Amino acid sequence: MAGFIIRRVISSFLVVVLTSMFVFALFFLGPSNPAGPVCEASGKCTAERLALIEEQMGLNESVVTQYGAFAKGIFVDRTITIGSEYECDAPCLGISYGTRGQVTDELLEKYPATLSIAIGGAMIYLTLGVLLGVLAARWRGTAADRLLVGGSLLVSSVPYYLFALLAWIFLTLQWSIFPATGYTPLTENPGAWFAGLLLPWVVIGVTFSTQYARFTRGSMVETLGEDYIRTATAKGVKSNKVVFKHGLRAAIVPIVTIFGLDFAALLAGTVFTERIFNINGVGWWALNSIQSPQDFPVITATVLVSAVLVVVANLLVDVIYSFLDPRVRMS
Amino acid sequence: MTDFLTDQQHAGQPTPAPGGEDFLVVENLSVQFPTHDGLVKAVNDLSYSVKMGETLGIVGESGSGKSVSSMAVLGLHDIKRSRLTGSIRVDGKEIIGASEQTLRKIRGNEVAMIFQDPLTALHPFYSVGAQIGEAYRIHHDVSKSKARAKAIEMLDRVGIPQAKSRVDDYPHQFSGGMRQRAMIAMALVNDPKLIIADEPTTALDVTVQAQILDLLQELQRDFRSAIIIITHDLGVVAEMADEVLVMYAGRAVEQGPTRELLTHPEMPYTWGLLSSMPDVTASTDARLVPIPGNPPSLLNPPTGCPFHPRCPHVDKVPGDLCRTELPEFLPGQRGTHHLKRCHLVNPDDIYATEVLPEIAPDLVELTLADNADVAHGDGMHGER
Repeated sequence: MAGFIIRRVISSFLVVVLTSMFVFALFFLGPSNPAGPVCEASGKCTAERLALIEEQMGLNESVVTQYGAFAKGIFVDRTITIGSEYECDAPCLGISYGTRGQVTDELLEKYPATLSIAIGGAMIYLTLGVLLGVLAARWRGTAADRLLVGGSLLVSSVPYYLFALLAWIFLTLQWSIFPATGYTPLTENPGAWFAGLLLPWVVIGVTFSTQYARFTRGSMVETLGEDYIRTATAKGVKSNKVVFKHGLRAAIVPIVTIFGLDFAALLAGTVFTERIFNINGVGWWALNSIQSPQDFPVITATVLVSAVLVVVANLLVDVIYSFLDPRVRMS
Repeated sequence: MTDFLTDQQHAGQPTPAPGGEDFLVVENLSVQFPTHDGLVKAVNDLSYSVKMGETLGIVGESGSGKSVSSMAVLGLHDIKRSRLTGSIRVDGKEIIGASEQTLRKIRGNEVAMIFQDPLTALHPFYSVGAQIGEAYRIHHDVSKSKARAKAIEMLDRVGIPQAKSRVDDYPHQFSGGMRQRAMIAMALVNDPKLIIADEPTTALDVTVQAQILDLLQELQRDFRSAIIIITHDLGVVAEMADEVLVMYAGRAVEQGPTRELLTHPEMPYTWGLLSSMPDVTASTDARLVPIPGNPPSLLNPPTGCPFHPRCPHVDKVPGDLCRTELPEFLPGQRGTHHLKRCHLVNPDDIYATEVLPEIAPDLVELTLADNADVAHGDGMHGER
């Protein structure tokens, strides 16, 4: 078991390193010149000025040297020159061209908002989706099942941003059922934190729950047809317990896998959610960074963070999987 | 081929205490499943009974209704997807139409089931001990640690070495034979009065099969329970059963005491089962004769006798009787204890002169002599 985890951690680390190289190459070797936006931001951009900025930013060095400097910054402090000199404390992900602040600081500042949205939403959609899926599987073929499957198809066929926007317009603006949305740090005012995130949570919870209801239903229908379910009934186990203990215990395993990856995607930024509900999180930040003038250090950082999250989620799923399924645990 | 028959004739079998009350009574049971293609008549008008301490063998091919009928005894069919008529009484309590609560009290407690493939029938994510303990705690109000102790005791009882350390193992860590032992331990944990074993040895190696059958017999002696053993293997029946019920297309087609039925079968389907059974000690003259064709569709069963499309003896029945009329389930020539569903008038002669010479030439003389005895009025049927 320990060996398994160590092997997985090492391979995950390699994946992250490779991704960082790829991201770095993609943006610094791409067709546009990172020095361009910096040059333009500081008034009239002459050819000499551009060349000077390129020189200062180290863009004339080889890619390997540039990547080396970037990678080194993750472990030790460095000084970055963009027009003037900026201190960048380790772990340094660069200096934002837009704000000239440290990317790491901005990431840490914006991350709690995204994290709050993702965790709250995931708790709702996982609970709701799994519960609905189990009930649909249990009453499969009945009107309740068809209503659930049909309803979930309907909800998931509406684009998420439309659903979110309509929810915000009607539930918050028009009818004031939900409080105005926005992000207040939890440490500052827990009540305001909760109120501002309530609608985003509900919207994420409801939309994502439909696909989880379908996954769970499928997995449960299969499980409930297994011999060991019949064995449990034949032992005299109550039917609720047969479904929720014997059935769900086995059916939840594939759901965990899907959830791990989904949740990582959610953590990497909830662009629509943040934009529509006016929450200043990682998603919005990433969105702004790719708009002109492009903020390359921010793009690099957000992509890298997403990659790390996906890799970590995969790792966690594998570890959890091995706890859920004793057959994996032993081998 | 009939090694086991002669063995039994010499050794005899311990017969259960006579005169006991019927613990399980099945009367006119029919089980039907409505499907998109029509009504599947899985079991038709089936009646049988089992006494305490007795073993009934139900024999038939896949789809003959043997498992379906025994699952009905525990009310395991989804009432929304099946139609059950007739009566099943467990210790006097009616099962058909009974509430979930009544059924739950019977399941695993008075009647326990052993399933065919213990790898799929045991939950892969719970330890063997937890599963046995759960079965115990459903019907006994005891703590988890007491249930665990009971699980260890049961595992030990069914011959699992180092039960104390194996109790926390998962089913996949057990061998096939050990898994079936664990399954039996789980079935016996509440000391049930009736055990239904649905092909308990089919998924096992031959050597392990014998051990499991031995174990079941030994436990039956200790627990004095009734056993229904469902199988397609007549060898298992010969070893285990006191009484045999042969099923075909959802109906009982022959029934009688084991030795009587296996030595003097009166229904061509039973002959077919006997003929298709290989025997390592048989003379090389003995042939293995498979039953031609496939089991009939239960959606659209053949008219008349359901076996007629596969029966090589149809022409011995006058007229079109086999194709037009379902034979009744009645005693044949050998006495009231031996029932058969067949139009043939003289099945014993046909068996002795046409079937036996092919499959067990060495037994022809013996059987013919027996038949002559019956004709003179002092047959074997007086024995039970």
